[in-house]
Amino acid sequence: MNFLGQLFVMAVSAIFIQNFVLSRFLGLCPYLGVSKKMDSAFGMGMAVIFVMTMASAICYLIYQYLLVPYDLTYLSTLAFILTIAALVQFVEMVIQKNAPALYKSLGVYLPLITTNCAVLGVAILNITPQADGSTHNFLMATLNGLLSGVGFTFVLLAMAGIRQRLALVDLPKSMEGFASGMILAGTMALAFYGFMGLKI
Amino acid sequence: MHNLAFTVILAAGLSEILTPVIILGAMGLIFGLILAFASKVFEVKIDPRVEQILELLPGANCGACGGAGCSGYADSIVNGGAACNLCAPGGAAIAEAIARIMGAEAGALEKRIAVYHCTSGGHENTKWKYAYEGIESCLSAVNIAGGPSMCSYGCLGYNDCFRVCKFDAISINDCGMRVIDPEKCTACGACVKACPRQLIELVPVSKNVYIRCSSKDKGPLAKQVCGSGLPCIGCGICAKKCPVEAITIENNLARIDYEKCINCGICATVCPTKSIQDLLAGLRKKALIEEDLCIGCTICAKVCPVQAISGELKQVHKVDPEKCVGCEICVAKCPKKAIKMV
Repeated sequence: MNFLGQLFVMAVSAIFIQNFVLSRFLGLCPYLGVSKKMDSAFGMGMAVIFVMTMASAICYLIYQYLLVPYDLTYLSTLAFILTIAALVQFVEMVIQKNAPALYKSLGVYLPLITTNCAVLGVAILNITPQADGSTHNFLMATLNGLLSGVGFTFVLLAMAGIRQRLALVDLPKSMEGFASGMILAGTMALAFYGFMGLKI
Repeated sequence: MHNLAFTVILAAGLSEILTPVIILGAMGLIFGLILAFASKVFEVKIDPRVEQILELLPGANCGACGGAGCSGYADSIVNGGAACNLCAPGGAAIAEAIARIMGAEAGALEKRIAVYHCTSGGHENTKWKYAYEGIESCLSAVNIAGGPSMCSYGCLGYNDCFRVCKFDAISINDCGMRVIDPEKCTACGACVKACPRQLIELVPVSKNVYIRCSSKDKGPLAKQVCGSGLPCIGCGICAKKCPVEAITIENNLARIDYEKCINCGICATVCPTKSIQDLLAGLRKKALIEEDLCIGCTICAKVCPVQAISGELKQVHKVDPEKCVGCEICVAKCPKKAIKMV
């Protein structure tokens, strides 16, 4: 398979078939928490894409060149959490200094992502062998992070769009707010379950 | 022999433990150093007043100020020139403390309260066009054929303002009318935004004369549809009689400019439909100049909005009680404190 073909398969897989939120059930906290308004969902989504891509790249390097040579792969979770936390902190400082406008729109969400399981999840999945036994290389791992972030943002925006419209509907009192959010999440997960049948 | 084997196992075990400890420890150390270094290199200078104001604010992140949480508001006070008194939960005390940090702006602070510009909306004093049986909300009711009340500018009485008030400042009396408690009102403006007919205005607490109508209908129609019988018919008598020209008539409706209003209440006495309410009616006093204290500086005569004070320079001045409206402006301006209200 050529590179573009591989990329396409990875994109469809990361965004639809193996969506982080609706198939792997990672990152549910922002999915339910930051999906009330379209603009905040968009800010969160952009921040997640950014952090996931960075975390995928750095964690892959840490794993390949630090943990594997010393036979410490069993410590990957610990090492990744440490790396991601430090990375997000560092990125936050750099953005605040060099791009105040970007910091204004992403700044609130960056600390929220530090401990997000979706970010740790993508780092760990990148080093886990695939179904056919192969593992990602550096480029593929980074792209996987990026595309998984896109998948996350896509679902988050879809959720926010539905909830914004739902806010205008006259729901029964007991169904308002979180209750309807849970049902929505379940329905969306069921819908995404349909993508499992895709053969690529 | 036994000892040797034990040592070998111990050494092997030790390296097994030591390697990860050293590697992870080193990672932590390096990341820590990078972050410490970065915090110096990428340090952003923040105005210390932002921190000070943030400490004063309640930290509820309620959004009543219109900012993105308390930190957003603190930032917009210092950098965006936002007003000091927008924090509704903090109230006057915090507004004053913030004003003190910000310096000069302190003078501009006066507590405001919400005032209804309508006397309808209760069970008895509203004329209905049709029976509305939808969602119990003003916002929803106004969308159906211009609202269920005959007056298309008046209060509907579905209590949107009551529901949004976070401070229990709005209560509903026996007649189904909404009453604002001036003590509890923090002028957060939530009710002003909630009212689909814009009947509520924030008025400085020292001003006690209100126009209790928002109808832009022509006089005869306004009289016909008003449930409480106190409509503004836009006759303009109040505007003519106002000594300081604080009242303007626009679209058949009188409006008081509270920047100019001196609280004299003349408009309320001349209003033919009694749609102007004067909280001080009958409570006003007349100014009296104490002759032995007056030095004839003429300041009082100059500031009097109704020319009720007369007198030559260096002569004792006199107040004409017929003309005096009891606004107390001269009392505040007299350098010798020679004027009393009796």
